[in-house]
Amino acid sequence: MGGGQVNDKRYVKDRLRRSMMFVPGNNPGMIADSRIYGADSIMFDLEDSVSLAEKDAARLLVYQALKTLDFGKKEIVVRVNDLGSGLGVRDLEAIIPAGVHVVRLPKTDGPQDVADCEREIARIEQAHGIPVGATGMMAAIESANGVFNAREIAHASDRLIGIALGAEDYVTDLKTVRSDGTELFFARSMILHAARAAGIAALDTVYSDVNNEEGFLAEVELIHKLGFDGKSVINPRQIEPLHRAFIPSERDLRKAYDVIAAIEEANARGSGVISLNGKMIDRPIVLRAQRLIALAEADRIAREE
Amino acid sequence: MNELLNTIPHIDRITHRGAFSGAAPKRTETFRARSGKDNKVLPSLEEAVRAAGLRDGMTISFHHHFRGGDHVVNQVLDTLADMGFRDLTLAASSLADVHTPLIRHIQNGVVTHIETSGLRGQLAEEISRGLLECPVVFRSHGGRAAAICSGEVHINVAFLGAPSCDPYGNANGYSRDDDTSIACGSMGYARTDAKYADKVIILTNNLVRYPNAPWAIPEYDVDYIVVTDDIGDPAGIMSGATRYTKNPKELLIAQTAANVIDAAGYLYDGFSMQMGSGGASLAVARFLRQMMQKKNIRCRFALGGITGQITAMHEEGMIDRILDVQSFDLDAALSLKKNRFHHQIDATYYASFLFAAAVDQLDFVILSALEIDTDFNVNVLTGSDGVIRGAIGGHPDTAAGASLSVVVAPLTRGRIPTVIDRVNTIVTPGAVVDVVVTDQGIAVNPRRPEVAERLEQAGMRVNTIQQLKDRAEALAGRPDPIRYKDRVVGVVMYRDNTVIDVIRQIDES
Amino acid sequence: MELKKTAVAGTMESSDIMVTVEPREHGGIVLELTSSVMKQYGRRIEQVIRETAAELGVEHALIRAVDKGALDCTVRARAAAALFRAAGQENHIWEVGK
Repeated sequence: MGGGQVNDKRYVKDRLRRSMMFVPGNNPGMIADSRIYGADSIMFDLEDSVSLAEKDAARLLVYQALKTLDFGKKEIVVRVNDLGSGLGVRDLEAIIPAGVHVVRLPKTDGPQDVADCEREIARIEQAHGIPVGATGMMAAIESANGVFNAREIAHASDRLIGIALGAEDYVTDLKTVRSDGTELFFARSMILHAARAAGIAALDTVYSDVNNEEGFLAEVELIHKLGFDGKSVINPRQIEPLHRAFIPSERDLRKAYDVIAAIEEANARGSGVISLNGKMIDRPIVLRAQRLIALAEADRIAREE
Repeated sequence: MNELLNTIPHIDRITHRGAFSGAAPKRTETFRARSGKDNKVLPSLEEAVRAAGLRDGMTISFHHHFRGGDHVVNQVLDTLADMGFRDLTLAASSLADVHTPLIRHIQNGVVTHIETSGLRGQLAEEISRGLLECPVVFRSHGGRAAAICSGEVHINVAFLGAPSCDPYGNANGYSRDDDTSIACGSMGYARTDAKYADKVIILTNNLVRYPNAPWAIPEYDVDYIVVTDDIGDPAGIMSGATRYTKNPKELLIAQTAANVIDAAGYLYDGFSMQMGSGGASLAVARFLRQMMQKKNIRCRFALGGITGQITAMHEEGMIDRILDVQSFDLDAALSLKKNRFHHQIDATYYASFLFAAAVDQLDFVILSALEIDTDFNVNVLTGSDGVIRGAIGGHPDTAAGASLSVVVAPLTRGRIPTVIDRVNTIVTPGAVVDVVVTDQGIAVNPRRPEVAERLEQAGMRVNTIQQLKDRAEALAGRPDPIRYKDRVVGVVMYRDNTVIDVIRQIDES
Repeated sequence: MELKKTAVAGTMESSDIMVTVEPREHGGIVLELTSSVMKQYGRRIEQVIRETAAELGVEHALIRAVDKGALDCTVRARAAAALFRAAGQENHIWEVGK
């Protein structure tokens, strides 16, 4: 049913993921508008935002949307129901042939959850003649157990592009509530370290008080400082300020270009010692400069969309 | 004395009516006693109509400052119908949903011609289906002012509702003495009617003491006054405050439009602007405000229909002057009453092409659109189904006057593409439209390559209008064309009162 | 696909379409459509609904649809959801070979 393929099928492991915008999977208006807000990734949700009675309708809707709507250069993510519910496999059977980049696994407690899902994905890819491995995965960690297993989860599959914190369920599991961020400090640190050790992205949870811009910006600053790659957002209005926090300043960018120029100059001279304005430049400085330039370039490309 | 006059050189070239012949008897009553009897108040509308000498076939006029709360048009037409008048031309500055009862007066032959800026609701639908024999003439606010001024539209009797008026006819949209619950702020469009109509009848619910200063309409332009309990419904005349939209799509469009204005170089200290009152176009003000604060600049004047958002910025010291032809909400009306640099202007001053008008001093204007075509022509008058459902307002006047006219609209509305091959009705020609901002991209009129260049330099992506049209069609599919009959039901005038387009009867067979 | 009961899918919200399917023994597909964009897209919506019914092998049904400006993909998804529900089946249109 439906037309041909409009969106790229294969996922990209390494890319800009500052914002992942939640879009309720049973809301056709929001699905159609989802690409206009400049989010790096769009995540259609079949899980918590869809009532049990509407799971079938939402699955069909997301299936048709993925097949027919043009999402440009956006990364398309679908959050499926957990496999234990019996709904998850049906979700996968629909969205993989429809052309999804990344499957987001909810409530991941351990590496086995990832492995189980990967097996289903591979089976479905094969059945549809899709190259096995074309579909990426990400795991959302939403429990104390999951946080402790973060490292194993992050290493559980080559398909994983990242791991994310799902704070609402997590704080409930901890018998606390969301407040100033102290309650998430351990989980965030664990997830970030696990992600970095596995060489994948670390993605932060949503900030649900849409009208509190100040609180949102404070949280964004915190997770940016910690080292997260990005954050899930529930309201399109959060995207622009979020991206702004991740864009390198003119000054830092200029410095980064100076660093790169110094390296090139040193290389041309055949010298192993690199210095800029009389200061030694060591490897971390070079890495940071390269990363900053890559981020600015990725931002420029994202804006061209 | 008369002989003496003849000795004055060139007396034949001096206009005079002879020598002083003595003063009329001086009046000695107190001011209070005088104003009780020697005034323009008549006991009923019927008497005022008779005194004004209205006859069949004449032109009557109304203003639309009471918007959806207006009771004046219906009340006057009911009276004129009862008095047996026929073949009247109704020249209103605009008409709204509330004027549905006009359908009956058209069917009965009381009204045979209509001039207006816009039509909405059932009346608009019936006219789109051919209710009126003679086409409705649609003019912009500036075009109407010019037509009245030049005599092209000759008003025999103007019926003007006023929230305050003194016994001599000084009338206004509010009162500094004692407001009733009804206030409309500026009466800019009524002022032009009052100035040029042969006879002017003010209908008021609030007869205040002389002098009702400040006034929108001075007493010398007023002939008769009728006091009536009911000139309108306050709730329909004004809502408390126009609120900023929370719709993320409208906010996105507004943010983009504000960025366009800045990047194009029109956001500098001392700029001038006009903003619409609809969702996205109003929200632009919010983003401009943030940018102005960041740049530490001020706006010299804001023009047009005024909302509470503009008056709040005025009160914060960010806008020096407000030129208000129509107050859109209660906050704007209150500001007009209390802020001395918030000025009431008339339609001629606002937008008439016959004079250097305020629109000609605009840096930029934000405008909305029902449809935009690939030649940048804009339609704000007919829906995509061909039915009349809008008003020209000041759209072409401000687009022509402003250095940068920015049209904001979602790329599709309820599946209907906004950017299309050819608009159903041209209201504002592409020749005066500079930038189109949608939720899915920006297009700059090829007439303005320097604007496109500046936007691109600022890192914004500029599409061709064709690309926007293609994107809309890819999303929504190509709509079936609307079918029309040959019969013309509306004539659309450009602001110079030349015909720019016609509206045909829709074919529903 | 055999229809067993009356079923509904979709909502009355903007950009959505509510589709009600009633099983019929004969008479083909009878479609009653109302739409906020009838003049421009009525023909297209009807075509998509009929295509969807045909692809799912439904020959007889009374289908009522109230459209609020849904895109083709939404019309297709809602029509399919209503038809699957009426048949009491899981939605398996994506299976290989179908």
